[in-house]
Amino acid sequence: MDFGRISRRHLLQGGAALTLGAAAGARPGFAAETTIGFIYVGSRDDYGYNQAHAQGAAALKKIPGLKVVEEEKVPETDAVEKTIESMINLDGATLLFPTSFGYYNPHMIKMATKYPKLRFEHCGGLWTDKDPKNAGSYFGYIDEAQYISGIVAGLTSKSSKLGFVAAKPIPQVLRNINAFALGAKSVNPKATTQVIFTGDWSMPVKEAEATNSLIDQGVDVLTCHVDGPKTMVENAARRGAFVCGYHTNQSALAPKAYLTGAEWNWEALYPKFVKMIAAGEGIPNFYRGGLKEEIVKVSAYGEAVSAEARKAADEAKAKFLSADGFAIFKGGLVDNKGKTVIAAGTDRGQKDPELEKMDYLVEGVIGATS
Amino acid sequence: MADGSIGLWTVPLAVLGGAIRVSTPFLFVSLGECITERSGRINLGLEGTLVMGAMSAYGISYLTGSPWLGVLAAGITGALLGALHAGICSLPRVNDVAVGIALMLFGTGLAFYLGKPLIEPTAPRLPAIDFGWWSDIPQLRAALRVNVLFLIGVALAPILYWAFRTTRWGLLIRTAGESSDAARAMGHSVLLIRLRATMVGGFLAGIGGSFLSLFYPGSWNEGLSSGQGITAVALVIFARWDPLLCLWASLAFGGAAALGPALQSVGVTSGYHLFNAAPYILTLAIMIITCSPKRTLTGAPAELSITR
Repeated sequence: MDFGRISRRHLLQGGAALTLGAAAGARPGFAAETTIGFIYVGSRDDYGYNQAHAQGAAALKKIPGLKVVEEEKVPETDAVEKTIESMINLDGATLLFPTSFGYYNPHMIKMATKYPKLRFEHCGGLWTDKDPKNAGSYFGYIDEAQYISGIVAGLTSKSSKLGFVAAKPIPQVLRNINAFALGAKSVNPKATTQVIFTGDWSMPVKEAEATNSLIDQGVDVLTCHVDGPKTMVENAARRGAFVCGYHTNQSALAPKAYLTGAEWNWEALYPKFVKMIAAGEGIPNFYRGGLKEEIVKVSAYGEAVSAEARKAADEAKAKFLSADGFAIFKGGLVDNKGKTVIAAGTDRGQKDPELEKMDYLVEGVIGATS
Repeated sequence: MADGSIGLWTVPLAVLGGAIRVSTPFLFVSLGECITERSGRINLGLEGTLVMGAMSAYGISYLTGSPWLGVLAAGITGALLGALHAGICSLPRVNDVAVGIALMLFGTGLAFYLGKPLIEPTAPRLPAIDFGWWSDIPQLRAALRVNVLFLIGVALAPILYWAFRTTRWGLLIRTAGESSDAARAMGHSVLLIRLRATMVGGFLAGIGGSFLSLFYPGSWNEGLSSGQGITAVALVIFARWDPLLCLWASLAFGGAAALGPALQSVGVTSGYHLFNAAPYILTLAIMIITCSPKRTLTGAPAELSITR
């Protein structure tokens, strides 16, 4: 399969580049047209993670002078290095967005060292001073939106039992689960959040089984952190449960069951990045932000969301948007094994890198990380 | 129990529900493969057929609004892929296992390519029959919402068992699978028998795929099968080429697939990777227990390239 892709790229784009090169004499400088490469781990219209990035890429396509090249279903292996190489050498890409978590180290770091004049922007990685200066990592505090989903879920649930279908117990997933559970508990102290890990990013049958098992346990509001939330949303809605979406807006799939959801807002961020480069200031190597920075957003409330829930959710949103911000993970935080994970008195603000190493589930979450 | 939860009963119920919901694709693919292998040929391409079936069923259901037309389309797609496999394999010195692997990649690749625009839309789904009407426990009612394809599959297993033993067609397929020379001596074309057997096998596998996209999990996406077609092919060996055992094996695999999530939902959270692997551990265990260096697998058709 590898072979097929490369030969296709070489044949089509190599051929095209040859013709172009022959016509123009030499490859033109990048001033006239900048080429940006996007690499996705899955299908770009998966109603989820990759689609959110593709929507961001689509926003860039509208900007004159920018050319976007995309490749999807690139595994988190050497394959991504080949893709990056071909985007650079055949398409002339000068800014690259390898969007999947596993691309960062060692693959993207290696490429960034090899091509020091080009810019690499990775979604989700943890850039440190030791990494190349032409590489960067950006990510959104989508747990803020999950916290708001939790508030809506906690006030909508009749059984006070919420469910979370998760892929793997990695820090970003655990942070979302915990934020959702804390949001729910902030308005409904009885609320519990039950987690089921499916083991991988895209396991439709397992996700459907997990959804059914949770509902069998009396869970009546569900959310998820898997690559494509479509399976969970549709199956939960069929069983009469409510859902909070993830990655993108899934309300079209289940208009009556969809309460709200945590969405990426890459279509706002990527044009901002391009403006930073055009202005000559460059993109900060470590770029983070939440609702206030418009990197994430909350889906419009569904019809089943009560006035009380809307009010509580809007209040929380206002806190996140305020100048001081709002810390979800505050001191005196106990995990679900009874251990204090954040000592009383220390607030872990959203930008605290400690939070990106999260390895616990907070009190009120039913489940285990291993 | 006042809050509508059924506690630990979730686990047996989920395994029952899983056996009904998850087993159907296994059942159709393994019955189809059973027919093909009994005629003396292995079609490993059924994974691709399953995915193509799922995609074409979803597409046709979306375009025409009739999920049943989707099921039919999936069957026809499967039969065509089966004919392709049989056609290539009827050329001299062609290895059916290698062709199967090629067709597996071809089928999944083609389905992903053609299925791109189908990921977003929602197609009409197959209806469910409510067999839990007598119960007032919602969980039980949900587990007993059965699709008619499952019932057809369950009925098909004993019919095939009977057909292999007592009908002329069953005898011909078995003859082709046990000794192609004998079939030729009887004046039958072995290639033609195998072509038909592979097409029927593909037809059934395609229908298995339509169940995935039109009933459970009930939508088209690229991770839909995640190897179920290949598992089902292995399941035929596990079931010793016996349609009735295929039925039980499919039910066991379906139930085992539900075990991991169900145990987590009642609080057994440690080692979920192990429970998720339950079906494969089960297969390995039975293979090890039943294998013997002294004889070939009991029930294996003598003409199969793996036993020859």
